[in-house]
Amino acid sequence: MNPFLPAEWLPVIFAGLMGISILLYVILDGLDLGIGILSLGQSNEHRDSMISSIGPFWDANETWLVLAIGLLLVAFPLAHGIILTALYLPVALMLIGLILRGVAFEFRVKAPAHKKPRWNFLFFAGSLLASLTQGWMLGAYILGFENGLIPTLFSLLTAICLTAGYAFMGACWLIHKSTGVLQRKAIHWAEITLLAVGVGFAAISIASPLASPRVFERWFELPQLLWLAPLPVLAGGIFLWLWSFLRKLPLPQDRLNWLPLAAAALLFTLAFLGLAYSFFPYIVPDRLTLAQAASAPEALSIILIGTLFVLPVILAYSVLAHWVFRGKATELTYH
Amino acid sequence: MSELSPLLLSRIQFGANISFHILFPTITIALGWMLLGMKLAYNRSGNFAWMEAYRFWVKVFALSFAMGVVSGITMSFQFGTNWPGFMEKVGNVAGPLLAYEVLTAFFLEAVFLGIMLFGFRRVPDWAHTGATLLVAGGTTLSAFWIIALNSWMQTPTGHEIRDGVVHAADWWAVVFNPSMPYRLIHMLLASGLTVAFLLSGVSAWRWLRGDQTEAVAKVLKAGVLTAAVLIPIQIFAGDQHGLNSFHHQPAKVAAMEANWDTAENVPLILFAWPDEAQRKNHLEIAVPSGASLILTHRADGTVPGLNDFPGKHPPVKPVFFGFRVMVGIGLLMLAVSWAGSFLMRRRGPEALPKWLLYTLVGMTFAGWIATLAGWYVTEIGRQPWLVTGILTTADAVAKVPAPMVLSTLLLYLATYVALLAAYIVTLFHLAKKAGDAGPPEDEREMFPPVLTPEAVPEGRP
Repeated sequence: MNPFLPAEWLPVIFAGLMGISILLYVILDGLDLGIGILSLGQSNEHRDSMISSIGPFWDANETWLVLAIGLLLVAFPLAHGIILTALYLPVALMLIGLILRGVAFEFRVKAPAHKKPRWNFLFFAGSLLASLTQGWMLGAYILGFENGLIPTLFSLLTAICLTAGYAFMGACWLIHKSTGVLQRKAIHWAEITLLAVGVGFAAISIASPLASPRVFERWFELPQLLWLAPLPVLAGGIFLWLWSFLRKLPLPQDRLNWLPLAAAALLFTLAFLGLAYSFFPYIVPDRLTLAQAASAPEALSIILIGTLFVLPVILAYSVLAHWVFRGKATELTYH
Repeated sequence: MSELSPLLLSRIQFGANISFHILFPTITIALGWMLLGMKLAYNRSGNFAWMEAYRFWVKVFALSFAMGVVSGITMSFQFGTNWPGFMEKVGNVAGPLLAYEVLTAFFLEAVFLGIMLFGFRRVPDWAHTGATLLVAGGTTLSAFWIIALNSWMQTPTGHEIRDGVVHAADWWAVVFNPSMPYRLIHMLLASGLTVAFLLSGVSAWRWLRGDQTEAVAKVLKAGVLTAAVLIPIQIFAGDQHGLNSFHHQPAKVAAMEANWDTAENVPLILFAWPDEAQRKNHLEIAVPSGASLILTHRADGTVPGLNDFPGKHPPVKPVFFGFRVMVGIGLLMLAVSWAGSFLMRRRGPEALPKWLLYTLVGMTFAGWIATLAGWYVTEIGRQPWLVTGILTTADAVAKVPAPMVLSTLLLYLATYVALLAAYIVTLFHLAKKAGDAGPPEDEREMFPPVLTPEAVPEGRP
């Protein structure tokens, strides 16, 4: 049916596309949620600057989640049903968090003035709730949706770690987008949250193989160990380098203010690759492989053709938007 | 089956989610085009009143858009959390349609919305107008894909079933299935009417408060005139859609008309209390042979009744009353918009009597009610099928325990009620604030200085 591509490649390609969408979501909306978490207790002026810095982008950033879940839905319908019914409650709570965070962007500046503090708080609370539940789901997924005390504690750990990671991304974004006092605050936040991220990465790396024999096998058997080894080594290197680099910021003329953000994105990418490696070729850990869960090849082909045309266009105009709003964040005005 | 089964709770939850969601796309689809119209009117005439109108309504657009986005994300998860059977059975058709909506429409809207809202000083004017056009186009494209999927669920064509799973055989036939063009046009017009009455209602409210600027007058006039033009087209399109349903989904039309027995000279029921237990109507007021005349264009035409579809027709009351609410509001819209247009023909909004202005304020959200009523007719009218003839709603539901569904349902309901109240309060607060601030002294005030000048392109104020 498709002259260019063997049908058995399609599920793998779609897993790759879905992976890219999830990774882009985690990095892009992760930093938005991080800004929301860091916004608690800030002065009005700083909070306004922080939220202005993500104002033009958050909507597009969140759309990567819709694409990721859409690809799961359309390419792996069986897995979509299993995963989302297993995560029924955290998904609902995450959605409530995303709803509150999303509408708070608008309401906090448009509702009557006396209600602004309430919407500011909901902006924070929604961001926190969405981050925690996403981390919780990550933990539940790693352990294959098992119940019990250990999986619960593990999910709690991943919830806190991912939230810290998002706050770290948010702080790095702010180093890039802010100036003066706020930028110095952001550097300080980045240092603290980097520490939390380091502890989190280490904890998840130790806990995952202990909690899941399958992950243990994947990681510590030769020769796979050799393939996997560069990931933690590289991540550790970036971590240590960031630790020393953040102390030197801000550099004269605010040079290299984008570097922590790039390094943070790289850290998340490495963590993501490590996770992807641990699960391939399963889409529901130990239960369902990509091939078993995939839609019919005809359906996948028609989506793939569209995706290959449209995705570069989406990326191009996303870059355009970042270019239009380049530089330090300014007060957002409607014209 | 207990009273609150997971099926019933999941249906209520999906109904609540999609009812809340559809309110906001219904506004943004047409409001995007209205904003483009205001922008172009300003570009052409140089009259600042149009820019003032744009500046106010773009805020309403941003607020509505955010509400639509967050509730839309909820929708995309509902398939998996509550209706896994849907994608398992028809995923090969539904999947690509949903994927194309995300790929072609969602990113387009989301990215250019940022430029449309905040980019006026950062991009050349033509690019800002272009961003407005792309956002409006994106919302409409989104409607196209989702209506294609919904219509396919109503009147599926272009597919084949292999090993119990649906596969697409002819994508053209899937997308342009028999009810799709009718439903798309009906929905786009509904969006236009909803926005026309939103513009008129909020502007009438401002006018009554003494906020009688040129910008308010222009939008009030534009709203009423748009409604006056669209409503007769909508009545015609709705009638055509009804005939299309009559052809493809006779059980739905039988429920709309509360017609129990197949007969000739079937009356058009104006009011009745349908009784499904006794399979008859109480308190019926009807026009003799009216339904036969409308549906078959012959007074003695045969109209199938509900008893032809034992156990396979939708619940009658919601479909019957939903249809009457929709048509009733449509007729009211016709009367009000034509009366308003007639009175405004010489002196504009100043000629409008107070009672008509108050009526317009009262009808600010009339489009919402009519749209919801119409969707209830077509969606409940499809029951017991989720995909007509292929999958029943009961077979698609997830085996999530009822208490869990109930808890999330209450969570969503509480959130939605609070957000809807906040939305309406904020809408009128924005209108009040715009009126209290008065029109800007000059153009300079319209473009307040931004904090950093570096990104302002040359040649802009």
